Parts: sequence; C-alpha cells; structure tokens
Amino acid sequence: MEKKKRLNKRTWLSAPYLIWIVGFTIIPLVVIFQDAFVNAEGSFTMDNILAIFNPIHMKSMILSLAIAAGCTVICILLAYPLVLALRRLNMGREGFLVFGLILPMWMNFILRLLAWQMILSKNGILNMILGFFGIAPLPIANTWLSILIGVVYDYLPFMILPLYNAISEIDEDIIEAAKDLGAGGFTVFKKIILPLSMPGLLSGIVMVFVPSMTSFVVADVLGGGKIQLIGNVIEQEFTKNVDWGLGSGLSVSLMIFVLISMAFTMKNDPEGKESAIW
Amino acid sequence: MKKRLISALLAGCVLISFLSGCGKSQTKESKNSLTLFNYGEYIDPDVLDQFTEETGIEIKYEEALTPEEMYTKYKSGAIKYDLMCTSDYMIQKLISEEELQKIDINSMQYKDNIDKKYWDLSAEIDPGNQYSVPYFWGTLGILYNTKKVKEPVDSWEVLFHHEYSGEIIMQNSIRDSYLVALKYLGYSLNTENESELREAQDLLLKQKKDVQAYLVDEARDEIVAENAIMAVIYSGEAYLAEEYNPDLAYVIPKEGSNLWLDSWCVTKYCENMDAAQQFLDFLCRADIAQKNFDYIYYSTPNKAVIDSLSEEDKSNEALVPAEDATANCEISKMQSAETTKLMNMLWKELKAE
Repeated sequence: MEKKKRLNKRTWLSAPYLIWIVGFTIIPLVVIFQDAFVNAEGSFTMDNILAIFNPIHMKSMILSLAIAAGCTVICILLAYPLVLALRRLNMGREGFLVFGLILPMWMNFILRLLAWQMILSKNGILNMILGFFGIAPLPIANTWLSILIGVVYDYLPFMILPLYNAISEIDEDIIEAAKDLGAGGFTVFKKIILPLSMPGLLSGIVMVFVPSMTSFVVADVLGGGKIQLIGNVIEQEFTKNVDWGLGSGLSVSLMIFVLISMAFTMKNDPEGKESAIW
Repeated sequence: MKKRLISALLAGCVLISFLSGCGKSQTKESKNSLTLFNYGEYIDPDVLDQFTEETGIEIKYEEALTPEEMYTKYKSGAIKYDLMCTSDYMIQKLISEEELQKIDINSMQYKDNIDKKYWDLSAEIDPGNQYSVPYFWGTLGILYNTKKVKEPVDSWEVLFHHEYSGEIIMQNSIRDSYLVALKYLGYSLNTENESELREAQDLLLKQKKDVQAYLVDEARDEIVAENAIMAVIYSGEAYLAEEYNPDLAYVIPKEGSNLWLDSWCVTKYCENMDAAQQFLDFLCRADIAQKNFDYIYYSTPNKAVIDSLSEEDKSNEALVPAEDATANCEISKMQSAETTKLMNMLWKELKAE
C-alpha cells in the first residue's frame, strides 16, 4: 500500500514533462501532419509529400545531406584525438579543458554565427591576417564552405561531450591488458576504444547530424542567401509564400529522410539501447 | 498505464484552462486598448507613450520583418490585431480578402497634413482612400561606393554587365529582386506575363555568379563596411548609409523602380473604431509625424514635416526624390495567386542554382 502511494506521487512528477511533450511536440506534429496531407479543399493529398522529388527541392535536400554528413565526419575526426588526449590528462586540467569547450555555448547561437560572418567576410579578420602574410584573400564568405565551418563550430561540442563520457568510462586495465598482450596503439584503438566508445559516438552522430541537416539559420547567416538548404525552402514556404501545406509536406519528408539515415546508423550499433538518446 | 492516461488528461486540462484564461482576459481589456502590428523600428516608442498619456488608451505593440510574415501572423489569428502598418500590395490583398474596416477619413482632423499627392498614390491600391492612411514611402534603388565606381551610375545595367563581379548585393526578397530585372528589361514590375518573368529569371540566373550575397537588413552595413561596392536597397536605408560613409551615393535608375508606400489600416477584429481613428489622426499630427520622421528618416508624406526640412535634406535623393526621378516608378500591386506561385518557384530555382 505504502509503496503504491509513493509510485503515485512519482507519476505526478512527470506531469510537467507530459504537458511539455503534449503541448510542444505532439500537438504541433499533429498540426504539421494535418497541413501536409490535407489540401485547401479539405481532401486528402500526397502532393505536398511528393513535392520533395521536385528537382529544385531535391537539390536542396542533397546539399543539406552533404553538409550534414560532412559536418558529422569532420566532428568525429576532430573529437576523437581531442577526447583521447583528454583521457591522458589528470583530473584538474581535464575539467578545465571540458569547461573551455562548453564555454562558447553560453553565448547565443546567432551571435556566434554573426562572429563567424565577420571573421570570414571579404574584409574580415581572416583575410586581414592572410593579407598581413602576403596571401591573397580567400573567398570563403557566402559559400557552402562557410556554412560547413559554421555547423562544425556549432555542433562540435555535441560530438565531444558524449564521446568524452563514453571514453572516460573505459577501464584503464582493459587497455593495459591489451598492451601486455602485445597490441600496438592502433590495434588498441581499433579493438578496444572504438567499440567501447560506440554508444557515445552514436549519440554524438545523432546530435550532430540531425540539427546540421535541418538548420536553416546557419545557411541564412553564413551563406549570404546564395545557398539554399532544405531548411531554407521550408522556412520560405511558411514565412514568405504562405503555403503551409507545402512547408509541412516538406517537413514530413525531411523527418522521413532523417529517420532513414538514423536507422542506418543504429543498425551498426552493437548494444542498441545505450545509444538511444530519446 | 491507466494512471499515466489520467495524468496526461489532467495535463491537457491544465493547458486548456490556461489557454482559455488568456483569451478571456484579452477580450475584457480590448475596450480601452489597441493592439498594433508594425515593422521593426518603424515608430518612435515615445509616440506610443505620448498617445497613451493623451488619450488613456493602452497600446500593445507587436513587430514583424516582412509583409509576408505580417500576413502569416495576422492570418493565423493567434493575436487579434486592431491596427496594422504594412505595404502597398499587402494592403490591396487584405482589402480584397475583406480583412479591413473602412475608416472615416474625412472626420480626421489632420488628414490634410498628408499631401494630396500621396492620397492619390495610395488610391492606386486603395481606391477612394477608404481603408488606409499613408505613413512613410520611398523608392528602391542602387547604393554604390563612388570611390570604386568611376562611371556615372544611372541604370540597372551596372548590376548586369559583369564588371563588378562579386561586389554586388541583391535584395533577399522575391518581388524586389524580380522587379530589378523586370524594370531593366522594360517591363512592368506588376507583370502577370509568364514569358516576361522567365526572361527576368534568365537575367538573374546569369547574374547570380556576380552576386556576393542576397541580403535584407545587412545590405546597408556591408556597403558601409566596404565589403561590397553596390547594393539594391531601400531609400531609407540608403539615407542612413550615406550618414555613416560619405563616399556612398544613392540613385533611382532611369528605367524606373518601385515606389513603395507603407500605410496604416484597421483590421476587421478592431472593436474600438473610435480609438483606432484617434490613433491614425494622432499619427498625422505635425509634431507626431515630425517625431516619427526624426526617428525613422524615411520619406514622409506629411507636408508639415517636408516644409520644415533643411535645404540639404530637401535635395537628398534618398529622402526627397526629385519629381522626374520617380516618373518611371510604379507602386507594387497585388498579383494573382498563379503569378505569386510561379515567382516563388522561380525564386527557389534561382537560389538552388
């Protein structure tokens, strides 16, 4: 009896979460699906979903996929060496370094992008420094490269933190044992660190790939309006063209694309459960 | 499981009662308050306070960036705006959708402060001046750096002859971009003709590699910072840019351009027409129009303000365009749904290129 009461109380604790998820996830999703599948006359339509196969939309989708994939790969390549180096450090300094990584996240996302805009622009800081060394200015501003730099910068911490959690939990004895048995540095990484850090890596991939795939603000600020990602198309349908049906349809297609890419990632997950962040 | 369902249900109830509570309190207050919807930084905040002080009518104030954003927010009906300040073609669209209420303009004490010229201009989108009161106006033109452009600039051609590759900023807005190409080709910016639009599209597609960026608000700052040599820009922004950087000049191309007009209108949701008219009249009053002018620095239709301008300001092309400079200019009108759809598709094609 007593136990049951306690359980009751605990269920109540989930009320704020439920309000949140119903009000801000489920209801909006229902509205999006309704807008996507119902046309102006009120009958069922697949046009808005199939609109993704329009060559213009497809081009934006492929570009978004490419940028998200590129961003994820670069984040992995940057995060692994860093996290492995962090593992070797003693506690005090390690905490400081992680703090240093998180610190920029205290600043507003848009402000950080605007800073990058200043750095990369034609008369910006980067080209000023290059000019100082007599190197011709790099035309990075308003290209896909500047968008890639922007997403990598913004989402790198989301790769580092889960990876750091996973790798710092690996028992030093396992690595020592492998070394005793004659494994070299690369073999240790391949046979021990990589598999044991897999859950962290997969969370990292999800947390980097999904937002970099769907973001439109980065392309807006750093792409100078010249690069159109699928997020920009959707935003334009809602705010400029007032075609909520098409906007919702493309959003649903984007969700499907993201789910498919995630399914591919998760299939390679040996332990399954741990990596799921939701 | 059952418990979870119950708590979900309760959560829903809480949410609903919360929302309905909001709605109620709003209608109760509406008697003595007005909800305004305006572009960003488009009114002197002191003017709003002064209005409340003088009349006791509370002002609730909301902002948006573009006419389309305004339309989207207005149409969603989440907030019942009483008064809205928006642009020419959007007003025409709202009138055609019967979203606006007629204003008794003749009863307005200060209506004659607005020059007849602008009432006539406004009549092109609001026949008979029944629904809207002109607020500010201006043109779209080219802002360029006189140190870096040696030739005299008087035509849109300078944007299309590839000499300033990578130094051009275009407007990141569908109609403003197409009107540049349409006017250069000698067509009307209100065209509904598909082949004319496709011709404009070819021109813009060829131009894209020369364009540094498509921007809205940042265009001015980029030219001031000399990151680019020329930009398609609104006259009001150009005036401010010239204040920051004396090497800049603004020109309305000879082929003509867009002459835009922003006006205030009263929506169908407004229940307190008296208060709304009081506010509109207040905006036309000389001292208030002067305050707004000093804050915004766009071209004003208010005679009293124009008369008090300094000689230097009166000769500024961005502030008071000469009569003949605007001779070929047109006001943007509402386009058919098909044309809007086509232009939207063309725009996405241009951006995807």
